[in-house]
Amino acid sequence: MSVPAELHYTPEHEWVSLEGTSASVGITDYAAQQLGDVVYVSLPALGATVTAGEPCGEVESVKSVSDLYSPVDGEVIEVNAELEDDPSLVNAEPYTAGWMFRVRVVQDGNGDAALPTDLLSAAEYDELTKSAG
Amino acid sequence: MTSFAGWQMPLRYGSETAEHLAVRRAAGLFDLSHMGEITVTGPDAGAALDYALTGQASAVPPGRARYTMICAEDGGVLDDLVVYRQGKQEFLVIANASNTATVFGALTERAADYDVAVVDATQDYALIAVQGPAAAGILAPLAQLEPAGLELGAMKYYAGAFGTVAGRKAWVARTGYTGEDGFEVYCRPQDAEHVWTVLAAGGTASGGTGAGGTGAGGTGAGGTGAGLVPAGLAARDTLRLEAGMPLYGNELGPDVTPFEAGLGRVVKFDKPGEFVGREALAARASSGPSRHLAGLTIASRRIARHGYPVLADGRTCGTVTSGAPSPTLGVPIAMAYLDRPAASLAGAVLTVGIRGEAVPAHLTDLPFYSRRR
Repeated sequence: MSVPAELHYTPEHEWVSLEGTSASVGITDYAAQQLGDVVYVSLPALGATVTAGEPCGEVESVKSVSDLYSPVDGEVIEVNAELEDDPSLVNAEPYTAGWMFRVRVVQDGNGDAALPTDLLSAAEYDELTKSAG
Repeated sequence: MTSFAGWQMPLRYGSETAEHLAVRRAAGLFDLSHMGEITVTGPDAGAALDYALTGQASAVPPGRARYTMICAEDGGVLDDLVVYRQGKQEFLVIANASNTATVFGALTERAADYDVAVVDATQDYALIAVQGPAAAGILAPLAQLEPAGLELGAMKYYAGAFGTVAGRKAWVARTGYTGEDGFEVYCRPQDAEHVWTVLAAGGTASGGTGAGGTGAGGTGAGGTGAGLVPAGLAARDTLRLEAGMPLYGNELGPDVTPFEAGLGRVVKFDKPGEFVGREALAARASSGPSRHLAGLTIASRRIARHGYPVLADGRTCGTVTSGAPSPTLGVPIAMAYLDRPAASLAGAVLTVGIRGEAVPAHLTDLPFYSRRR
């Protein structure tokens, strides 16, 4: 199971990749394995405002439906349209081709992206999944 | 892994979709040791089961099996069962794991006035299934059946025989829950790991006869190297759904009779003697089912899941009982109980309410999938 060191994580198993003030979001390898084969992904609309910790979509697998939570505050500027035709990309390449949406993150006073302070590091997230068994 | 009826069960080994397709195209290996095994033996075994079940066990010849049900006095389904007749006075009743205690209790109570022993032998059996078009070829080199010379490939569907698999004692039956040809191997729990390992090796070895088989006596050829994969509960559920087979707790339960599920044929009114539920079932047979099990295909990637409402022209007309993506058809499928026959819905716009969205659905005949015979 892979947990790339350069990403940020949430306890709900999303990952965040920050590039300047925009952030790409997806679900982790661990989450994809737990869900099983993903068959449908419902993503937030372009231009939608998302709020950290709030549901903004759904991930359906053969056996279950799970809410997708936004890990950050901001505006949705891009969604991964390829998931519409091939949701299995979430299982195959959760950190690359299986990305879900991109957000222009709310900025702090210095013009930097204001990430929630409770995001986890790779080491912290790895620890979380190991203790979950 | 997942918890199921007190057992730790493999939900999937890898991709459940790949496991499903392997069973349709080659073969899958299932650990079904959670299933309940109840032995009913003695001079009155056939008569006791005739009284306890909807079917006529006494009419089943030794070495054959029947799909049947056990109903409550009011006709409600307590469980659906496979009954094997292993000998003149020996029957093996297979119950769903979650219902084993209920079935054992009901059989014990109903057999009280008969000269028969009812034993819950679940802990004495492991159950390993090989399912798929390649199953016979994989199992044949590893199985020796009684009487000697009985060939696995010649065994009829819904038949069974004692013998050995990978050198270990087993009851081998041509039964399953996938809609494919296949076999179920009932062996001793202490032999299960060996049997599993040898079957897995035999089904993945490239060419030659079954690898590691200590009891190779069959003549089945060409089945090995056929892409056998271990398959979990998730694939088992989508396989049975495509095959239109009911699942207890979804399509079957104490609130429905076999007639609602379209399985009235399991109720043998013409068998001799009384049986539990006869009066209520006869009334239901003459009045017609109160609900109608129907097949749906969903015009979306979203899954119509258990409990979701089915609507005709915007009005609720039923409830989904099982739903899943169909790897074979490439669209989501579902079974649902409707409050009227499917034929009377011709021309209506059908939708399923999937978490607030009305998703178009289409009625289709069950089963969704039938294997070529």
